[in-house]
Amino acid sequence: MILEIKDLYKSFGRTDVLKGVSFSMEEGEVLSILGSSGSGKTTLLRCINFLERADKGQILLDGELLFDAAEEKTAKAKEIRKKQLNFGLVFQDFNLFPQYSVIENVMLAPKLLAKEAPDFKTNKNHIYEEIRHNAEDILDRVGLSEKLDNYPCKLSGGQKQRVSIARALALKPRILFFDEPTSALDPELTGEILKVIRSLAAQNITMVIVTHEIDFAYSVSDKIIFMSDGVVIESGTPDEVINNSSNERTKMFLQKLSEK
Amino acid sequence: MQLINRIIEQFPIVFPALNMGFLQTLKLFAITLVGALPLGLIISFGSMTKFKPISLLTRVVVWIVRGSPLMLQLMIIYYLPGLVGKNIWGGGESGRFIAAAIAFIMNYACYFSEIYRGGIQGVPVGQQEAGQVLGLTKTQVFFKVTLLQMVKRIVPPMSNEIITLVKDTSLARIIALQEIIWAGGAFMKSSHGIQGQIWPLFFTGVYYLAFCGILTLLFGYIEKKLSYFE
Ligand SMILES: Nc1ncnc2c1ncn2[C@@H]1O[C@H](COP(=O)(O)OP(=O)(O)OP(=O)(O)O)[C@@H](O)[C@H]1O
Ligand SMILES: [Mg+2]
Repeated sequence: MILEIKDLYKSFGRTDVLKGVSFSMEEGEVLSILGSSGSGKTTLLRCINFLERADKGQILLDGELLFDAAEEKTAKAKEIRKKQLNFGLVFQDFNLFPQYSVIENVMLAPKLLAKEAPDFKTNKNHIYEEIRHNAEDILDRVGLSEKLDNYPCKLSGGQKQRVSIARALALKPRILFFDEPTSALDPELTGEILKVIRSLAAQNITMVIVTHEIDFAYSVSDKIIFMSDGVVIESGTPDEVINNSSNERTKMFLQKLSEK
Repeated sequence: MQLINRIIEQFPIVFPALNMGFLQTLKLFAITLVGALPLGLIISFGSMTKFKPISLLTRVVVWIVRGSPLMLQLMIIYYLPGLVGKNIWGGGESGRFIAAAIAFIMNYACYFSEIYRGGIQGVPVGQQEAGQVLGLTKTQVFFKVTLLQMVKRIVPPMSNEIITLVKDTSLARIIALQEIIWAGGAFMKSSHGIQGQIWPLFFTGVYYLAFCGILTLLFGYIEKKLSYFE
């Protein structure tokens, strides 16, 4: 089990958003999270990625405790940062750094991280060369080798999202999370992103994808969980959840989507 | 024709006197920037802090300073100590300069603080969060991600404010600081052996125009330098 989420709770003031979310996944799997708007999908990803602190519950990586809400809140920023690097997060609205070119966006974090390596001073040139090489390689894989020196403002939405995927991949996370990666895109641009994610799945990269693209989730996922009102109400293989669901709320949600 | 001849004749005397005044203008301008640019940042942090008493207090100060005329603030700072029995400024030019500098720094720091606040709050939180999930420290996020975006946002309003400052320095004339308007105006009565001449006062406009022109070019250059993104 690469990831285990145990009974996560999160509220904002008096709004209870997560009310005991649990799920788990194996290495190399693709897990999709479906659910209606407001069901807490984004909040769940934010809690797992240390952007929010869950009020209750645990997160285990490779069977080891990564986060436990019962522990002191005073965890050192440095330790959180280290844990955070196990995960990558691709945002709905990209959040590229506008002042950096495509390749600089991808190289920024690895370069800053490399500074902490013990042999950085003696090996600087070599390390930077390797980072650049790696960044070019990843950008090539997402089909952007022509755009290395462009700035984000000169890119289409689909290209921006591909850069943001490349930026997350550059840190070689154990698990890559996507929060509705195509929702901010024009319909004709979603295809290129879904294609990239498919190719990552083919490389056995472990991924968690929040999406409203049912057909895509059906075909790419090993496992699907369905969230409603802050809890997981159904989980299983794509066939179990999408074609043979016995849960009324799941059925209603799927029906509404197919009517759109 | 007569006027032109007179100007040509008096110019060698007037020019150095105006230069002296302009030097004082420049000094006030420079010290205001040196003091108000950092002080403004502190005030902007003060107004954004989650600690209510501090943020409330700074907001009230900003309201008072921005809500009343700079000319009035100058007079209060310069004359009030004397009124309550302790003339801390003395009667000389250096005392007037310090009083003027304090008034200008306070006033401009409050204006700058609002510009900074807009600049900082204008950078989307998503930028910070993206840096955070990429494992950047808070300091790295500020210096590598937020700072330049903030600078880009504040350059246009800051250049406006700084160009206004150039002209506002003339307000210090109200406490008889010997800046360029004072120096030019002195020829209307009598100065350096010249009496009853108003053209030196009008001529001071050339200094302001030239200086503001240079600043406009400079800020235009900076804006252009930063136009490669967003
Ligand atoms: N920082 C916050 N403060 C207060 N309420 C919040 C905050 N973040 C989220 N919420 C609330 O939590 C609920 C769940 O939000 P969340 O964004 O997790 O839903 P979602 O499943 O991602 O929805 P969508 O499909 O629309 O993206 C919503 O009602 C939202 O208003
Ligand atoms: Mg969401």
